[in-house]
Amino acid sequence: MNRMSSMKDVPREDMLIHGHGACPGCGYAATAKNIAKMLGPNTVVYVPASCLVVFGALYPTSSWKIPYFFTAFENTGAVTAGIKAALRRRGVDATVVGMAGDGGTFDIGLQALSGAAERNEDVIYVCLDNEAYMNTGIQRSSATPFGAWTTTTPVGQVVKGNRSFKKDIARIVADHNVPYVATLSVAHFTDFVRKVQKAKETKGFRFLHCLTPCIPGWRIEPSKGVSINRLAVETGMWTLYEVVNGVPKVTYKPKSIVPVTEYLKLQGRFKHMSEEDILTLQGWLCEKWRAHYGEEPGSPPCPVPVHEEVLAHDGDPLYGI
Amino acid sequence: MVVRTITGDAAVAYAAMLARAEVVPGFPITPQTIIIEQITEFINDGLMDADFIPAESEHSVMSVAVGASAGGVRTFTATSSQGLALMYEMLFAAAPSRLPVVMAVANRSLGAASGIWTEHNDSQPVRESGWLQVYVEDNQEALDMTIQAFRIAEDHRVMLPIMVCLDGFILSHVVEGVDIPEQSLVDSFLPKFVPLNVLDPKDPFMINPVTPPEFATEMRYQQDRAVEGSKQVVAEVDEQYAALTGRRYGGLLEEYSMEDAEIALVGVGTWAGIAREAVDQLRAEGKKAGLIKLRFMRPFPGEELRRATAGLKGLGVFDRSAAFNGCGPVFTEIRNALYGSGVPVTDHVAGIGGRDITVEVVREMYDIVERSARGEKVRECTWHALRGEQR
Repeated sequence: MNRMSSMKDVPREDMLIHGHGACPGCGYAATAKNIAKMLGPNTVVYVPASCLVVFGALYPTSSWKIPYFFTAFENTGAVTAGIKAALRRRGVDATVVGMAGDGGTFDIGLQALSGAAERNEDVIYVCLDNEAYMNTGIQRSSATPFGAWTTTTPVGQVVKGNRSFKKDIARIVADHNVPYVATLSVAHFTDFVRKVQKAKETKGFRFLHCLTPCIPGWRIEPSKGVSINRLAVETGMWTLYEVVNGVPKVTYKPKSIVPVTEYLKLQGRFKHMSEEDILTLQGWLCEKWRAHYGEEPGSPPCPVPVHEEVLAHDGDPLYGI
Repeated sequence: MVVRTITGDAAVAYAAMLARAEVVPGFPITPQTIIIEQITEFINDGLMDADFIPAESEHSVMSVAVGASAGGVRTFTATSSQGLALMYEMLFAAAPSRLPVVMAVANRSLGAASGIWTEHNDSQPVRESGWLQVYVEDNQEALDMTIQAFRIAEDHRVMLPIMVCLDGFILSHVVEGVDIPEQSLVDSFLPKFVPLNVLDPKDPFMINPVTPPEFATEMRYQQDRAVEGSKQVVAEVDEQYAALTGRRYGGLLEEYSMEDAEIALVGVGTWAGIAREAVDQLRAEGKKAGLIKLRFMRPFPGEELRRATAGLKGLGVFDRSAAFNGCGPVFTEIRNALYGSGVPVTDHVAGIGGRDITVEVVREMYDIVERSARGEKVRECTWHALRGEQR
């Protein structure tokens, strides 16, 4: 079998074929399709509740050319472990992959994910992260970025958008000391191919965290998914790295940090953000840049201006004590 | 043949080993824990060739089990009470996916009043999950039915998961002499699992895709017919097992002193052992009392019960859990099955939260049935041995 190191090495035969029901421009479908064809025909796929369950197969039709199984939302780590154990016992040497969304991974599936990672189950866990519960209609998950509109973080008169910051799921999985963790983006395709290749040839628990733009959920143009993915890396919203047997390595570093406003302005989900909220997010990104790349991000946009809170005396004699 | 003095849990573990279960996910919960402890001992001593997967919750235990079963290998697990409740969602994945997982349920009360003792309010509420359910009376039956369960579940006319329910502590932790069959005997009774639908790249297949209304009804109907069809398989397997071991359980139900009986009780679990004693006493006193030990809640032997109770003047049902319609779930099922038969049916709730059921309590039940048979007005549903003012 040939190792894949660039786009020209990717097999031509799709395992998730045309005719599925994803939206035009769907980043989730593009990522799932590319990973599936790179893993090839000797693969079994488990998909928990997610957009992929709905658009990938609807009885009696299916876009999958490989064996496909679905049961519930929160058990990708566990079901894939069971499938792998059975195939191993039957002498079938096939790749078992679970493809879950961010809700099914960061939130409801975290416990089964942790169990499978800790036991070092010999499966590939793909998290297709579109940063909210898109299948149920754009509800906030713990993968939703700060400030983003969703249907459960609405833009109200008082509170506008999501108030918490995206959970660092790849780091949580890496802290289970698994053989391979990587973050992927379809905008950096050579990097993408190499990471899927590494996951494919590694034994034990492998975690691929992929940023997958959602056209209706992010309120973006169908043609803009890849450009937005690229900007996510340039602004620090997404870092491309891998952790091989506990050793982290950045696989692509942008020349300099791009202000987050460049990323936000293309997406309707951020259009309401106040200047203060944008600065808060920018500050978080400047910190993240330092942590991930080990260097000071460029100015501007970093560091962000510090807001001094003016503390008003409220008449309480014990104020300040 | 070897007779060992072992707990009901250990008997179940021996059965799983003899059945050559290949994947065993597990998570500790009292009073089931001895089963998975014993299985891991068998594996680590090299006596059993299986993958034990210590999942991080019962939800994941059942998820691993459905994955392994869909992957085409014989799969066994065990749980109790809250563990079964946590699996609830995945029970409904195993059955319609037609995955013949075998699971022992060491019955234990679920929720408050919190306790670890036996009650059937863990397994009775999931009798509509599509799983078959058998309840056993002693440790020998626990072993025998766990072995038989694989044959029933994996029969291509059935292909459904099955629960082997044994009363917590009363069986799970109490030792009895158990005849452990030879491996060769079990091998001749239980051939290698031949799955119907397998996740194998050589023959790509989808299991449990989203199914629109145009098809879902037919899928559910097939499930219903498979449960009904399993009655025949239960009877056949009982006969074949009896031919090999000499132990015949009667299939869906066992009749005790029913030939000329005028009054009878019916119920599931270890209660039947006490009821046998009560029947013997009543017979010695010249009363025509009988007992039906109901073994399977699914498939539910409605027709068989109508036959077994034909001509009775009164029938009492024993329930070890409540349905909160005033009576218990077994009563609700049986009265439905006997509707129009003319046999007056009363319900008798006892043994809740693990409270001992004495012969005196069972005789109280027979007393009410007898009075009802005489035409006396009695309560339809009686909670027995209530203490204090609630009496």
